[in-house]
Amino acid sequence: MAVTEAPRIITSRIGFDDSHTLERYLATGGYEGLRKALSMTPEAVAHEVDEASLLGRGGAGFPAGRKWAMLRKAPVTYLVVNGDESEPATFKDHLLVERDPHQLVEGVLIAAYALQVSQVFIFLRGEFALGLERVQSALNDAYAHGAVGADIFGSGFSVDVVVHPGAGAYICGEETALLESLEGKRGFPRIKPPFFPAAIGLYGDPTVVNNVETMSNLPWIVRNGGAAFAALGGGRSTGTRLFALAGHVNNPGVYEIEMVKTTFADLIHAPVLGGGIPHGRELKAFIPGGVSAPWFGPDQVDLPLGQDEVAAAGSMLGSGSVVVMDDHTCAVRASWRITKFFSRESCGQCTPCREGSGWLERIMERIETGQGREEDLDLLLDACDNIAPGLTWPPQQTTICVLGPSIPSSIGSAIQMFRDEFLVHIKEGGCPYD
Amino acid sequence: MSPADRPTPVAPPRSATGATGRTTHLSAEIVERARSLIALYPEPRSALIPLCHLAQEQDGWLRPEAMADIAELVGVTPAEVYGTATFYDMLHTEPVGTYLVSVCTNIACLLDGAAELLEHAEESLGVNVGATTADGVITLEEAECLADCDRAPCVQVNHRYVGAQTPESFDRLVADLRAGTRSDEIPSHGTLIRVRRTTGLQADRRQVADERAATAEAQARRAAEAESAGGGS
Repeated sequence: MAVTEAPRIITSRIGFDDSHTLERYLATGGYEGLRKALSMTPEAVAHEVDEASLLGRGGAGFPAGRKWAMLRKAPVTYLVVNGDESEPATFKDHLLVERDPHQLVEGVLIAAYALQVSQVFIFLRGEFALGLERVQSALNDAYAHGAVGADIFGSGFSVDVVVHPGAGAYICGEETALLESLEGKRGFPRIKPPFFPAAIGLYGDPTVVNNVETMSNLPWIVRNGGAAFAALGGGRSTGTRLFALAGHVNNPGVYEIEMVKTTFADLIHAPVLGGGIPHGRELKAFIPGGVSAPWFGPDQVDLPLGQDEVAAAGSMLGSGSVVVMDDHTCAVRASWRITKFFSRESCGQCTPCREGSGWLERIMERIETGQGREEDLDLLLDACDNIAPGLTWPPQQTTICVLGPSIPSSIGSAIQMFRDEFLVHIKEGGCPYD
Repeated sequence: MSPADRPTPVAPPRSATGATGRTTHLSAEIVERARSLIALYPEPRSALIPLCHLAQEQDGWLRPEAMADIAELVGVTPAEVYGTATFYDMLHTEPVGTYLVSVCTNIACLLDGAAELLEHAEESLGVNVGATTADGVITLEEAECLADCDRAPCVQVNHRYVGAQTPESFDRLVADLRAGTRSDEIPSHGTLIRVRRTTGLQADRRQVADERAATAEAQARRAAEAESAGGGS
């Protein structure tokens, strides 16, 4: 396969230094999608999004159109945009909020019109200080331009958009935890069902929660039609998608890529994309969709970047983050760090996650630092099994949210792929890579 | 006790103290900004976290007196403010230096030398992770992923990205912070969003309600038309 020449749907402006300004936005087709949407019925706009088969870009990959359809039966009260991007090695929304905030705002306004929502909250992680300022500036300019507020563009439709800063908690990326946080509480995920906040959302009212990247696709979809979007990609994975490439590659960064037409090998090695692995080293393993995803090895590098294709191979495309590890990487150390992250970010509501993550982290630490015992491998797998019974993929759910069952992914992968490395740590009493 | 004998549970009032709005610590300017933030939300408590950020803008951290004021402003108890604030990494219930230096050591940064950078930072600053230098200028923090992974190892100062750092560039960064040469670009800790919301952005609530009713009616009418046209399938 090769890198295809797909249209740049959501990164068309980021080459400009002033990509975040209203002037640049208007000069490059900005707010035309909104004007067109306002000339259509809300149902017709929602229909275009359905036609596009736009899969949610937050991590779960649920079709945005279907999410909306759940609500069209009842009047929606709130639209909440999830910009709490915190899945490790995911940095695509960071790019979108800083470099093209008007595109996000326009997407949000289109969604608000389609759903007939008059109150929108854009929840951005607090660490995006510049992003928060850029989105607020964009909203101020959009208001002056007549695109936000009462009777937008003379359409008779009114909508208010509030930028809400988070305060640093990974779990708030989980949509029900995000709503709790937006209500001014600790970010505790809510018990399911209901599985979507469609029925019981913000303040108990019907609410749609969509990701920043999902929203940013809407101006293009409305301007060009859902069918044009669906014509790109393949199977259920339509359109283009942002992939955040990090770790051991020559050109880490965010790349907009047509779904399915490109492989992980292309992403990692193509000169216009990752540019290969530095220092002439070899690929050891890569994480295909955020640290909650099971790892892949060199054998799977020819898999296409498609949601179903990656799922069929036993992992997930998740948040669109790809982490590359070269052959000088210690698998134990990498997996320990990921486990430490989950232990730190567990909200503490559910025992398997709260206790399990701490136990796992301590066992991983002692193996990496040379204090491990041979029975630790079984102990690790046993503890993982208590969090996600059977260690299947997708994992069994023992906790309120999916953070818990995500913990075993990296440990399971590391032991399965690099068991010998664990044994060397234990036998030699230390890390062979130190 | 039979179920019938049990007293009927009474839901506690929504706010335990009621939003009296009496403040003693936050400045008049901060209180005014706090009130305009509260007005943006259907429920005052939603402004709790934005108000905590505001209090940190004034004091650099969340003082107990500030939390008491926030409680009065949004109509909860000070304990609820404290209980919420302590959940979040960015809300500090203990003093923080002028500059909070966050070094990410999560997976992408780890692969690019973050652990070594953090070790260097501890040595050169003479403090452990979580502590503040004796001059009160710098607090060192080990951060989880800050979403800047193509510039690893990633460092933020007061949540402003400063790009990938080497031990050498880190020392220069610290020297610049101490010399105050980056204070325009990086405000002191607590100031998060310097762009204010333009007044008048709020849609008129009555107008919104009227429109929503009209829309619901139109939607129902179109749905009924579609139903009769489609033979009720």
